[in-house]
Amino acid sequence: MALIQGRFIDNIGRVYAIYTGGFLAFILLMAVLEQLGVGADTIGILFVAFTIAIYALIGWLSRTMEVDAYYVAGRQVPAVYNGMATAADWMSGASFVALAGGVYFGGYGYMAFIVGWTGGYVLVNSLMAPYLRKFGCYTVPDFIGTRYGGNLARLCAVIVLVVASFTYVTAQINATGTIAARALHIPFSYGVWFGLLGILLCSMLGGMRAVTWTQVAQYIVLIIAYLVPVIWMSNAQGFGLIPHFTYGEAAANMANFEAQYGLNPPAEAIPGLSVLTTPHTGPVGDYAEWKFITLALCMMCGTASLPHILMRYFTTPTVRSARKSVAWSLLFIFLLYFTAPALATLTKLQLLDPNLPTAIIGKPFEEVASLAWIQNWSSVGFLAIADQNADGILQLNEFFMRPDIVVLATPEIAGLPYVISGLVAAGGMAAAMSTADGLLLAIANALSHDLYYKMIDPKADTAVRLIVARILLVGIGALGALIASLQLTGILGAVAWAFCFACSGLFFPLALGVWWKRANRPGAVAGMAAGFIAGSLYLYYVYTGGAPWFGLDHLRFGIVGMAVSLVAMVVVTLLTPAPDEEIQRMVEETRVPTGPAILSDKH
Amino acid sequence: MSANDAGDVRDRYWAKTRNLTIVVLALWAFFSLVVPAMVSTLNEFTFLGFPFGFYMIAQGSLIAFVVIIWVQNWRQDAIDDEFGFGEEE
Repeated sequence: MALIQGRFIDNIGRVYAIYTGGFLAFILLMAVLEQLGVGADTIGILFVAFTIAIYALIGWLSRTMEVDAYYVAGRQVPAVYNGMATAADWMSGASFVALAGGVYFGGYGYMAFIVGWTGGYVLVNSLMAPYLRKFGCYTVPDFIGTRYGGNLARLCAVIVLVVASFTYVTAQINATGTIAARALHIPFSYGVWFGLLGILLCSMLGGMRAVTWTQVAQYIVLIIAYLVPVIWMSNAQGFGLIPHFTYGEAAANMANFEAQYGLNPPAEAIPGLSVLTTPHTGPVGDYAEWKFITLALCMMCGTASLPHILMRYFTTPTVRSARKSVAWSLLFIFLLYFTAPALATLTKLQLLDPNLPTAIIGKPFEEVASLAWIQNWSSVGFLAIADQNADGILQLNEFFMRPDIVVLATPEIAGLPYVISGLVAAGGMAAAMSTADGLLLAIANALSHDLYYKMIDPKADTAVRLIVARILLVGIGALGALIASLQLTGILGAVAWAFCFACSGLFFPLALGVWWKRANRPGAVAGMAAGFIAGSLYLYYVYTGGAPWFGLDHLRFGIVGMAVSLVAMVVVTLLTPAPDEEIQRMVEETRVPTGPAILSDKH
Repeated sequence: MSANDAGDVRDRYWAKTRNLTIVVLALWAFFSLVVPAMVSTLNEFTFLGFPFGFYMIAQGSLIAFVVIIWVQNWRQDAIDDEFGFGEEE
């Protein structure tokens, strides 16, 4: 390209400006095609195919055979771009597709995810990222293995990492499969493998370097796809230019509509679909506040222990830029998370407020049943209306919907052109693919670097290490797709579990590794093993019908795991000798931003 | 500078860093744990037309987190520079 001269890294701003301009031009082209009469299906296929082709191109251009580039993108990713890549890595298919729907149906209780998935970055920034960057590790178990010493500690960290990340990645492959199936009109079981193919194209040839640059591209697509429909809808419906600051009245009025229509369970439930029964703005029921806090705490500590996020901060040039990049990450994530409640509120208002033309609740049943968007989504079983009290009027508890279609259906509810729906599909695909890439890479790197290279064959040469890493990547991806195609778990449940597994096993060993010089190997092993086992047993106990303790259900088992982990780690550490002087000096070095890294390059 | 002085500088550097971190974590706990527990009470007030408690968990606490991290990094950079641990970018 004539526009780009010199090294890529010196031209990033220009490259991504051109890319963003190109994507906007593509959206306009699709809008023109729609006006010319091209069908909705074709536009959906073009959106998904075009964006995946771009990611694959970036993945191919970033191919590498160097260890440093493969594991940590050569440690030269500028803070702002690492922030964007982390944001894409972070915001999964669940955040993009399911979050607003969750707030729509769950109200206050669900918003613990929003607080948890943003507040966690304060922990990442103050407890973890800068120190792990100074350490100079390639993977999270690399830190545990070196700080505490010994293969047992490293192995425990690898096991926790693999279980947490694998739980998470099956949910993401499931999401890519769902979106690919709908946009490309192929069966779900093919969609899953198609999604995996796209994911591997981004990561296999270039490892962390390729994933970094595709994730930046995916962030740009997903944030445009999330904000454009909300802002467009808000302007079309008269909520103001930027709805985030003007929907206060709508949120306040919600209580009146809730009182008017009544928040009652349906006369006859429809499996898989939900009816609105939770008030929008405040807590209700026993333990509501406690449940909020425990869920938020699990999500926050899980954020600070999930390896696919922590390893993103190993790619920055310096400790200071690692911190700066956490700040950018949170800002980019915040843009989506503070939009989700706005979207949920506006969508709900459109359906409930009798003064708006889009309202359906309280309208004659026949009139609602003839709406195009009701028919489209009913035909695939994601939505249903049933006049269960036979009064000819659609009541609030007679409108059934799957929570995760709120984001996808909103453009149609508001009567926006189809090009917006295609854009939203491309955004959801970007969100799910970028997270799946980060997770697959975290698992494959831990297995290839920590298990294979550090524990099994320390003499393996570079080429062999990188080939092993790639074989593992493909193998784990295939296993994930296989499990996803069985559809064992819902997307949201699997995501919450991943956070709980991660914080049960890794939060305290990681944090105390930096903040408590006295922490030693037996303590860390006890903390990881006891926390992880206690958490898993408690999950098994509540999931098989055991009565939850203090309202700690299967989404919050990390609280039990973390408590056991902390106690085990502190008690065992104090009962065993302090770590030797070399380790203590290593911890002191970790706390200072300057000077050489603890682990040398190419370790 | 003798080895002892160097150790002393590090201790003072770490004490300051630790104090900053404690303040940050206290603010974090307030916005992520205390505020959500008080939503019912806060909802009796109105802010920008929002029920205030709802506003805090939908936007207010999130904005607080962003501000906390940016301010923390600004202070931490100053501490690094004060003790000569600042890095060239």
